[in-house]
Amino acid sequence: MKSFLSILTVVAALIAFWYAACVPMNIHEAAIQAQRAGVDVTPAEAPERRKTGRISLALQNTGLWSTVFTQERPQLPAPHQVAQEFWKTTWGMIERGRAFSKRSLILHGWITLSATLLGFAFGTALGIVLAVSIVHSRAMDMSVMPWIIASQTVPILAIAPMIVVVLAALSVDDIVAKGVISMYLSFFPVVVGMVKGLRSPDAMQMDQMKTWNATRTETLWKLRLPSSAPYLFASLKVGVAASLIGAVVAELSLSSNGGLGARLLAGSYYGQTVQIWSALFAAAALAAVLVWAIGVAQKITLKRMGFAQ
Amino acid sequence: MNNETTTQAAPPKAVVEAKGLDLTFQTKDSPVQALKDVNLTIDQGDFVSFIGPSGCGKTTFLRCIAALEQPTGGSLTVNGMTPDEARRNRAYGYVFQAAGLYPWRTIAKNIKLPLEIMGYSRTDQDERVKKVLQLVDLEGFGGKFPWQLSGGMQQRASIARALAFDADILLMDEPFGALDEIVRDHLNEQLLKLWARTDKTIAFVTHSIPEAVYLSTKIVVMSPRPGRITDVIESPLPKERPLDIRDTPEFLEVAHRVREGLRAGHAYDD
Repeated sequence: MKSFLSILTVVAALIAFWYAACVPMNIHEAAIQAQRAGVDVTPAEAPERRKTGRISLALQNTGLWSTVFTQERPQLPAPHQVAQEFWKTTWGMIERGRAFSKRSLILHGWITLSATLLGFAFGTALGIVLAVSIVHSRAMDMSVMPWIIASQTVPILAIAPMIVVVLAALSVDDIVAKGVISMYLSFFPVVVGMVKGLRSPDAMQMDQMKTWNATRTETLWKLRLPSSAPYLFASLKVGVAASLIGAVVAELSLSSNGGLGARLLAGSYYGQTVQIWSALFAAAALAAVLVWAIGVAQKITLKRMGFAQ
Repeated sequence: MNNETTTQAAPPKAVVEAKGLDLTFQTKDSPVQALKDVNLTIDQGDFVSFIGPSGCGKTTFLRCIAALEQPTGGSLTVNGMTPDEARRNRAYGYVFQAAGLYPWRTIAKNIKLPLEIMGYSRTDQDERVKKVLQLVDLEGFGGKFPWQLSGGMQQRASIARALAFDADILLMDEPFGALDEIVRDHLNEQLLKLWARTDKTIAFVTHSIPEAVYLSTKIVVMSPRPGRITDVIESPLPKERPLDIRDTPEFLEVAHRVREGLRAGHAYDD
């Protein structure tokens, strides 16, 4: 309850700040529209207004404040505008039986989600395989680990279009291409976490395996992998969020297929800031749900494995 | 010293034989001699305790027998083989100071772990688990998870695990070191009964003089820097030992000799 209240306080403060920011952000447009409607604006001349700073213009035209929250194409849409758009393109679409129309965030969210999950599965598998080979081979540890770290310093925005072009030339499905871009981001936390997890058994547990003359494979299956479960789940939480970012970035290059990334791109082409913001919130909500779902799986699994006690 | 415990006609079979055993660890600043000229024979059916202060090499010697450490000099045989061959033949069960049970496995599944690795059939596994759980008085606890058991019960489960695959030798490295005295007394008594029932050869590392004297047929007193044997005491106590044997003059006499041995080892140093 206490944490709920503090979260609520932070949210309220953010929304208040957001509304306040709408005034200087949208005041120039508000002045233009007001003048067209025949309202007196100071300064009256458009070139002079353009030279005036946002805050001083806002202070000179306090009468226009009420109009900054209802513009069609504001520089910064007000929270309730974003909320209305979000509602209209999600539940509103369901009510009208058009949940999977082109304008529905549910459709685009689903497109992004499927690419995210595919990339997450790829990334998790690749991460675990790499971690196992790194733990078992000193050569892999020395040679591959630096490349893995270097791979994450390349901006994904730069590399995503190249992956798309290369995979299209190999006539790979678009969703797989998106999955590969997601994988590029999501395998990294899994590798790092799993290497640590697979190395987490202590010297005594490793000696114990040796006294039973266990092979490396047996030690891996019976000791190393189960021991790494807590590390894996921590990595998966980071990985799934990274995977979603990868999918959204991939959709900027593959925008014809739709998806939240495509909505962001289309919104920015046509100055539809309300659409951009609601797509952003859809992506954030999706990430929150995915991380929460992994958190639940983590809690149940670790409890059943006796790590919680 | 007269020897009442080993009065068989035939000479007992040597299980572990160390001759002039040396072990030097190479550390960054200087080599550390962990074992120096260790000569010892452990016969079949012996209960041998190793006692001495930290750094005297008692655990190192046990680890050499288990082939977890490689001696740098001298010779060491286990069942007439090299320690590593003996390890691969599953000649011993090793009980560590921590129970080392896997939290994601039940007690029965924990005991099955070495059996799975060694390729026992499923029915054989079940039978053995039942048998060893009985041996350590943990019947009915097979389905419990380690965290549901007390520390003493966990350590008993770990002993059961070491017994499950019928190794003739039991190597125990301060198995009761982390337990309180009352639990420890109880487990010592049970361990003696178990030893009497199974006829295993046991090598037991401990810090405690009463524990060593109470349990052993042979007490090996060691001292540090370099780790070496200063005294080997054949216990005159009978094989049948109730807990109150610890108040008899014979017991106190052996304990006194162990203490003297430990003191002599330390005087060397100061």
